[in-house]
Amino acid sequence: MNMRYIYKSLLGVLLYLPLLAHAALTIEITQGVDGAVPIAVVPFGIEGSGSAPPQDVAAIVAADLARSGRFAPVPEQNLIARPVEMDQVRFPDWRTLGVENLIIGKVEPAGAGQYRVQFRLFDVFRGRQITGYSLPASADKLRYVAHRISDIIYEALTGQPGAFATKIAYVISEKRNGKTVYKLELADSDGYNPKTLLSSGQPLMSPGWSPDARKLAYVSFEKRRAGVFVQDVATGKREELAAFAGINGAPAWSPDGRSMAVTLSRDGNPEIYSMRLSDKKLKRLTSSAAIDTEPVWTPDGRSIVFTSDRGGSPQLYRMPAQGGRAQRVTFEGSYNASADFSPDGKTLAMVHGEGGRYQIATLDLDSGLLRVLSDGQLDESPSFAPNGSMIIYATEAGHRGVLAAVSSDGRFRQRFSLQQGNVREPVWSPFEKRK
Amino acid sequence: MKLIHSVAVALVVVAFAGCSSTGGNKGDDVAVEDRSGAGGDGSAVATGVGSGYGDLSVESLNDPNSPLSQRVIYFEYDSSEVASQDRPLVEAHAAFLAANPEIKVAVEGHADERGAREYNIGLGEQRSQSVRRMMEFQGVSPTQISTVSFGEEKPAVEGHDESAWSMNRRVELVYVGY
Repeated sequence: MNMRYIYKSLLGVLLYLPLLAHAALTIEITQGVDGAVPIAVVPFGIEGSGSAPPQDVAAIVAADLARSGRFAPVPEQNLIARPVEMDQVRFPDWRTLGVENLIIGKVEPAGAGQYRVQFRLFDVFRGRQITGYSLPASADKLRYVAHRISDIIYEALTGQPGAFATKIAYVISEKRNGKTVYKLELADSDGYNPKTLLSSGQPLMSPGWSPDARKLAYVSFEKRRAGVFVQDVATGKREELAAFAGINGAPAWSPDGRSMAVTLSRDGNPEIYSMRLSDKKLKRLTSSAAIDTEPVWTPDGRSIVFTSDRGGSPQLYRMPAQGGRAQRVTFEGSYNASADFSPDGKTLAMVHGEGGRYQIATLDLDSGLLRVLSDGQLDESPSFAPNGSMIIYATEAGHRGVLAAVSSDGRFRQRFSLQQGNVREPVWSPFEKRK
Repeated sequence: MKLIHSVAVALVVVAFAGCSSTGGNKGDDVAVEDRSGAGGDGSAVATGVGSGYGDLSVESLNDPNSPLSQRVIYFEYDSSEVASQDRPLVEAHAAFLAANPEIKVAVEGHADERGAREYNIGLGEQRSQSVRRMMEFQGVSPTQISTVSFGEEKPAVEGHDESAWSMNRRVELVYVGY
């Protein structure tokens, strides 16, 4: 099916990049930023003879930079020149265009199905190169290499690592012949290359990444009861980790990857447990007559924040990772649940309910300042990008479940939607450990 | 009127639970002993009321006129308390199960779509546990009841307003094999 990748900013830029893919997420930027920095990304030169590269690397880089909300790439038709080599760049021209930075590059064939991608990033006003790399790529890795280039450029210009070469996992449900099919999906952070990891006639929920970004834990009702599974993303091999009577839910890996926090009701009530993965030994961490669930570890692994209605309404609490006395963390709003930590551990994202609306909010743990970032009625499942720049979450548009992302400062928003079906429970992968 | 109805059902429950405690083979069931003791002089009165209420044989499960044809209990927002008007329904099912110890029921808890998904699993679980506790208290053997919570994952009604949500905050009783 011919899918469209739509990128639209407040500047009125509109690009259509036809791509062969199935059920890819379509991204639409719904709230732009006035202060986005103008940048010129010149289409990369194609060197040598032979077949043209299957991906437009410069277009992928430009779309990545636009999706960050920090940059405003100049529309291709407004580019005043198409330099490929450094000696073809005339900086005064680019200054006239008002761009602060310029990216040029080229793609050269390097043997059967192999390419070499070279790029340079310039400071237009100083008239000099900021960074530049030459990267090898097989034809099927060209999109990935384009995202790596975006990461390098983003870090060079903002001082913060880019998170473009990462993935998101999410759950889809769609009706087929009157039956609901649930799918656990994995896609690149821009929604491309969707792959189905698991398909089931019963609900799938609560995907969670291992810290090395190689495995996903999730809850499956495939046996008409809940079970916590762990699946290797590359091989598809999976294992049922928890299959107790009642709830087996809310899996959350510890930052060291050695333990999994889960919610079980095997003792009669939803409580949080920690499972040591080496021998599956369980330790019960909470003990209350209330619902205790949705554990998340602090990035240092010392504490766990969770949702509990022990005070009468769902609120977030914090306890030592070994269990023990819990302290209430949230006080504003009648409903605070489903927490996620920013990578630096300073901010919590959550579902914040007030006045019948459920929105994504962040809580600055030092100042206690709560900020509502999303604008839906039924927003849920916030998940930070591994560089902390964005929060992806689930919302609704046109009575269907879609994903949205908002910058952590709330200024910039975008929406990811499918042509059909409901998409929800996005979880942004950690940075993959590079060899 | 409602009160009279409740009393009638309660008496029926006592009567049939009483049958269970004598006819059943689970002599070690603490809940059965508690309740039959409490319903000492009620069981005699209840016999007459019970006959007017209809029989609680296995066939009555598929009788559309039987209270057992009603298999859904609804809940208030963020609550797992069985409302007083729904207690007779749960009690009728409990009486039936106590009278038919070979029959098993799955108590499936659900929540509306609002808020966090795993919290809603917790809420659905507490709803199903409320129903389970009521049933066990009326003499149903724990081995007859299984609970599962689907949270907001399996709405009965699609929709994003209170009319849909009120139908989705529920416990469904699923008789295994019937």
